[in-house]
Parts: sequence; structure tokens; C-alpha cells
Amino acid sequence: MTALGQAYFYVCATLALAGALGVVVAKNPIRGAMGLLLMILSIAGLFLALNAQFLAAIQLIVYAGAIVVLFLFVIMLLGPSAKTPSDNRGRVPRTIGAVVFAAVGLGAMGLLVRTAPKTPEGAKALVEVTNDFGSVDAFGRTLFTEGIVPFELSSALLMVAIIGAVAVARGRTKAEIALAKSPAEALRDVPVASPEGAPRTPGGITREAHQ
Amino acid sequence: MIPVEHYVALSALLFTVGGVGFLVRRNVLVTLMSLEIMLNAVNLALVAFNRQATHVGAHTGQIFAFFIIAAEAAEVAVGLAIVISLFRIRRTVRSDEADLLKN
Repeated sequence: MTALGQAYFYVCATLALAGALGVVVAKNPIRGAMGLLLMILSIAGLFLALNAQFLAAIQLIVYAGAIVVLFLFVIMLLGPSAKTPSDNRGRVPRTIGAVVFAAVGLGAMGLLVRTAPKTPEGAKALVEVTNDFGSVDAFGRTLFTEGIVPFELSSALLMVAIIGAVAVARGRTKAEIALAKSPAEALRDVPVASPEGAPRTPGGITREAHQ
Repeated sequence: MIPVEHYVALSALLFTVGGVGFLVRRNVLVTLMSLEIMLNAVNLALVAFNRQATHVGAHTGQIFAFFIIAAEAAEVAVGLAIVISLFRIRRTVRSDEADLLKN
């Protein structure tokens, strides 16, 4: 059983790393999205091994079901221009940044490995938990008692993100483009019907007021 | 039983891979995907540390990971909207073409 658990961990870990490397080296963003999907699935598998069943389900629904699909939609919307040709401009500063970041990250990992206990007896095993740890029941109980305020705030965050995404991605209408080009002409030429039926200019002044 | 250090080491590796991808790649889509990798690595560490909870039955780490997932969904929605907006103006998704405030 222990050997099986260890094999499961190492398989998931290898797949997650392979997926992450696939994202970073992929020339084609579609391949990158597939690498991301592989990593997400492996991490959901690791969540299962850590008694986080609900989070594993959320991971699959939100990441694999929504985020990766959103990425694929955008890649397909952009078409061939989603691929960017490589060139050598700014290669040196990028490489320096990446090397420094990798050195820090791997150094932190090295420290972790060095301080980790060497014998299996000294290793801090995970705390034994009951079967319902991480289930929807137990997780939801904690979420709606201790985490109720951030939970409600996250709904506001998602609402703002939806409105922001629509506002940013929508682009400008013809009337708005005309307004940006020559505000005076656009305001004179485009009468907008007012609720009372009297012709209004977009400036908010009725025709009668002008005359 | 896998000790928690293994999970944290994997998390550090994934975080490093994601960070290097974020710094090296110029395609905005791949940059956003690298951000996903880094946040997933953080989630993995949080859920692993949750299993070392001082009092049994605490779900603090998992709840933290849950909120990170929610924040990340918002981030991706807005990020991809910005990518589409950039593409509409510049006809490309290279991050170094996004210099509209330069002149």
C-alpha cells in the first residue's frame, strides 16, 4: 500500500513537471494549453492523495473546465497570430532574469532538501485524518463559519472581474470611435432620441434649448 | 506515506518552472499560463501543509487554496480580455509590443 502510494505520488509529480515544462517550451500556444491541462490533472491527483477531495473536484471544474477552455477559445479567436515568431531582441536581460529566478527557486528547494530528515523514522509524516477530512461536508462547514466574510467578498471580486473583462474585451462601437475622432461633429450629427420623444443631442441638451 | 517535504519540493520546482517561463517567454498567452503554474504550485504547498495542521480537522490551507482558485479565475478572465484588447490594437500578442504609453 505504501509502495503504491509512493508510486502514485511520483507518477503525478513527473506528469505535473512534464506539463509545466511543456507550457514553458511550447512554440505553439495550443500545445502549451495542453501542457497546462496535464499539470492541472496531475495536481488534482495529488490533491486526492492529500485528502482534499473537494478541492480536487474544484480544480477539475474550474481549471480544466473553465480556464483551459477559455485559453483555447482565445487562442482560436486569435488564429495563427497566437504564435509569435522568436527573435533575439532582449535575449540577454531575459536570460539573466530567468537564471537568477531559477537559482533562487532551486536554492530554496536545496535548503529544504538539506534540512529534511534523512531517515524515514525522522520524517514528519502527514497527520492521520478521519475519512471525512476534505469532504464537501467538512470543508463547507469550515468555509461557512470561519471563512464566510472572504467567501462573500470573493463573489464581489468575481462580479467585478466579469464586468471588467466585458468592458475591456468589448472594444469600441462606431459611435464611440466617431466621438473620439471629432467630438464636435459627432455630437452635432448624431441625434439621440430622448425618452420623452424630443430629439436630444448626446450632450444632454435638447434641440429646443439650442434654438 | 509521502512526507510533506516531497510535496513542498515539487511545489518549489513547479514554481521555479513557472517563474522562468514568465520571465523568458514573450507570448502573452504563455505568460498567463506560467502564472497559472505558479499559483497551482502555491496551492499544492498550501494543501500539503494543511495535512500538518496542529489541531486535527482544520481546513485552513484548503480554504486558502479555494480562494486562490477563485482569484485566479478572475485574473484569467481579465488577463485574456486585455490580451484580446492588445491584439485588436497591435495585431500581435507579443508582450514587448505593448508599449502604448511609451510615446
